[in-house]
Amino acid sequence: MKLKSLLSALLAVVAVSGAAAKDIELLNVSYDPTRELYVEYNAAFAKYWKAKTGDTVTVKQSHGGSGKQARSVIDGLRADVVTLALSGDIDPLHQVARLIPADWQARLPNNSAPYTSTIVFLVRKGNPKQIKDWDDLAKPGVSVITPNPKTSGGARWNYLAAWEFAKRKYGSDDQAKDFVAKVYRNVPVLDSGARGSTTTFVQRGIGDVFISWENEAYLAIKEFGADKFELVTPALSILAEPPVSVVDKVAKKKGTAEVAKAYLEYLYSEEAQDIIGKNFYRPTDPKAAAKYAGQFSKLELFTIADAFGGWAKAQKVHFDDGGTFDQIYLKK
Amino acid sequence: MASAVSHLHKAAGPAHGHPSRVTQDSPWVRRSLTGVALLFLMGFVLLPLAAVFVEALRKGLDVFLQAFADPYALAAIKLTLTTAAIAVPANVVFGIAAAWCITKFQFRGKSVLITLIDLPFAVSPVISGLIFVLLFGLQGWLGQYLNAEAPWFPWLQQWLIEQDFKIIFATPGIVLATIFVTFPFVARELIPLMQAQGVDEEYAAVTLGANGWQTFWRVTLPNIKWGLFYGVVLCNARAMGEFGAVSVVSGHVRGETNTMPLHIEILYNEYHFAAAFAVASLLALLAIVTLVLKSIIEWRHGRANA
Repeated sequence: MKLKSLLSALLAVVAVSGAAAKDIELLNVSYDPTRELYVEYNAAFAKYWKAKTGDTVTVKQSHGGSGKQARSVIDGLRADVVTLALSGDIDPLHQVARLIPADWQARLPNNSAPYTSTIVFLVRKGNPKQIKDWDDLAKPGVSVITPNPKTSGGARWNYLAAWEFAKRKYGSDDQAKDFVAKVYRNVPVLDSGARGSTTTFVQRGIGDVFISWENEAYLAIKEFGADKFELVTPALSILAEPPVSVVDKVAKKKGTAEVAKAYLEYLYSEEAQDIIGKNFYRPTDPKAAAKYAGQFSKLELFTIADAFGGWAKAQKVHFDDGGTFDQIYLKK
Repeated sequence: MASAVSHLHKAAGPAHGHPSRVTQDSPWVRRSLTGVALLFLMGFVLLPLAAVFVEALRKGLDVFLQAFADPYALAAIKLTLTTAAIAVPANVVFGIAAAWCITKFQFRGKSVLITLIDLPFAVSPVISGLIFVLLFGLQGWLGQYLNAEAPWFPWLQQWLIEQDFKIIFATPGIVLATIFVTFPFVARELIPLMQAQGVDEEYAAVTLGANGWQTFWRVTLPNIKWGLFYGVVLCNARAMGEFGAVSVVSGHVRGETNTMPLHIEILYNEYHFAAAFAVASLLALLAIVTLVLKSIIEWRHGRANA
């Protein structure tokens, strides 16, 4: 009898708290340079969600090299959503761990990429080594900073951008490989993530040029002053589309599927797109894109799908064990 | 320890014939050797330590104190203290038990046990972390068991799935990894001490009618207390400062699974240099307290033996 009344009291408590405002916690596992963006966006989303449902959402953040972060989620880090550097890092969540469906990228607009970015160069003030385009990175005596493509998503974009430039200029994949090998011979340190490389270049003063995410380069200039660094935009670069996805299996288990989905959908809203532009990512919404157009240099952008036939293929050819990166780097 | 030193003296004495020879080098040699040692200490220990405090206070006391008002910093400090509060007692119990059975009894496989105790010193901390990912990760042994279609003990699988334990990327994983890397400190400190003390006093106690517990509390523990305390201090310093192993199993969730060393890395990477060094200075302060405690213990210990 006692147990029964206790149980019914417990049920009543559960029912009451279910009707009242809930405290919800989400975990967003992201890559390195998005820290500042998501701090701002999380606050905006929490406000929006509170107004809409009355529930309080706290979004916890975890950042690191994109590939490493994906590995942690596969190993059991309970992310409700992942916001990584490239779709090639999210695919294994389906292939290895079956955490998300195979067609995850078709669930949100624009291949699930609410913002885009590109790869540019950050050089020291006055551009002492006269770096203008990809060609200059392969010259002897130029010290180039870029993270390790094995662990960093940004580094893979860098690598492929250099490759495609050389392929277009010199005409073949073989020559592109030679060119990229020359660039990597100029790299003194391979950090594991984009932010580590930024600190190497900016704080420790190593290197003449830093191949960087556009937003990361702008952030470094904002943090350290335009009197120290300059941004150089090459004539041709890659269109980076960092995608986002709900981690279905985890969110379902935690009962957060609905909020997690709304969290990502709201990234496409006017308010979020404005925050995105403010943090130096390129908004995908035409209105916000127009507003921030003056902030970004114009350049010719190519997509991974056009140049390399998509991430799965690029990953296999260039970054898996024995791929072109291993071939050029191990030979070094 | 003191007895080990005197033992060395005895061994070295007859071989050289001049026991006081060490002190007969010319003053010049002595002074230059002392100078080199001091310079080395200045360059490699004092200077970096001072730099931490200078950088921490560079933007003034306000910024320094603000670093500790940040909820993420508080969560990191709390997690570090929790971890140490579990890991250190666990290793004290284990260390005493291991040292006791190794030094007071003879059994087969003793040298294997001693080697195993040293293992965490020999293994890179990153590997120590990965061991736990391999054991408890979703793709590791535990994960494979949970996902198995026809597991051994289906009730156990069912129970584990219902309980839904978080091990890695949560506090238990961080505690496990910390226990692993700080495993040898207490045992390593006690084994030579207890070996030097021998078993005579315990024999005497047992002969006089003491039981096992009485022997331990009244004879063994008072004999090893300073060595034990020294081991605890070292173990605690490492438990709070461990980076590599903890980094692998942490998952880096802010306000949840970041310990102080990991929080410092994050602050540094986010260009909050003053805050990073402020938290670092707290860890450095811990190191200094550790050193002071260690000196006090050595001084007391020296007097107790004299």
